[in-house]
Amino acid sequence: MSHKLNLSCCTSALVELRSFLQNSLKAYGFSEIDRHQVTLAVEEVCANLIIHSHACNPKELIRLEVKDLKKKLAIEITDKGDAFNLLEYEVPELTQVIGEKRKGGIGILLVKKIMDEIEFETKNGENTCRLIKNFPDAYRP
Amino acid sequence: MLQLERKKEENKDILRLIGEVDASNSILLDQSIQEILEQGATVLLIDGTELEYISSAGLGVFMSYLDDFSERGIRFAIFGLNEQVNEVFKILGLDRLIAIAPDLSTATRLTHES
Repeated sequence: MSHKLNLSCCTSALVELRSFLQNSLKAYGFSEIDRHQVTLAVEEVCANLIIHSHACNPKELIRLEVKDLKKKLAIEITDKGDAFNLLEYEVPELTQVIGEKRKGGIGILLVKKIMDEIEFETKNGENTCRLIKNFPDAYRP
Repeated sequence: MLQLERKKEENKDILRLIGEVDASNSILLDQSIQEILEQGATVLLIDGTELEYISSAGLGVFMSYLDDFSERGIRFAIFGLNEQVNEVFKILGLDRLIAIAPDLSTATRLTHES
């Protein structure tokens, strides 16, 4: 079973993204805290793409697909455009973020702390970021 | 959706966040804190009892003011966060940089002591 969403590249679409994820994540035995955090991690990646790769152009789209991989859940985020490989992004120290008064930089830190695995690939002009969260041990479909 | 409500109680400025803070509206939070600072606040408390969600865009706003607060001697605390939102502060270790209290009276006490 999979859930799909095409997201318009504007920050006002983030609310739609959250409700899509809250619905898609319901079935897998995740705790409320896990669902909240996975939603946040996916939103951080999408917000980055919307703002930095697509300059908030609502005509451009990001494709999302939530996939059940038996023991874990994958959320695939696909876009066209300048690739932003968050695996290569050096996460700043918190003190650095405070000292420089920059209002960004901690989103990717959240993603890395929340997700169990992160994969990134660029193929045929499309970038796919795959965020993976293991199902809770108690979950038996 | 984010709604911001300001009130003044004795020497405390209390900013109540209602709803969700994300990249589309974190500018509103930034502007409110800026205004409160310009009006000479000495104690700023964020009421998070009705905050359902906050992304890095909102967390970054708080972080960008931490140096300002300490330079100007402004005492700052956040109170009333629900379990999910509180957990997000903890993942980043923000609970070690910001006074986070369960309720207004604890937040008031924390900012008196600091």
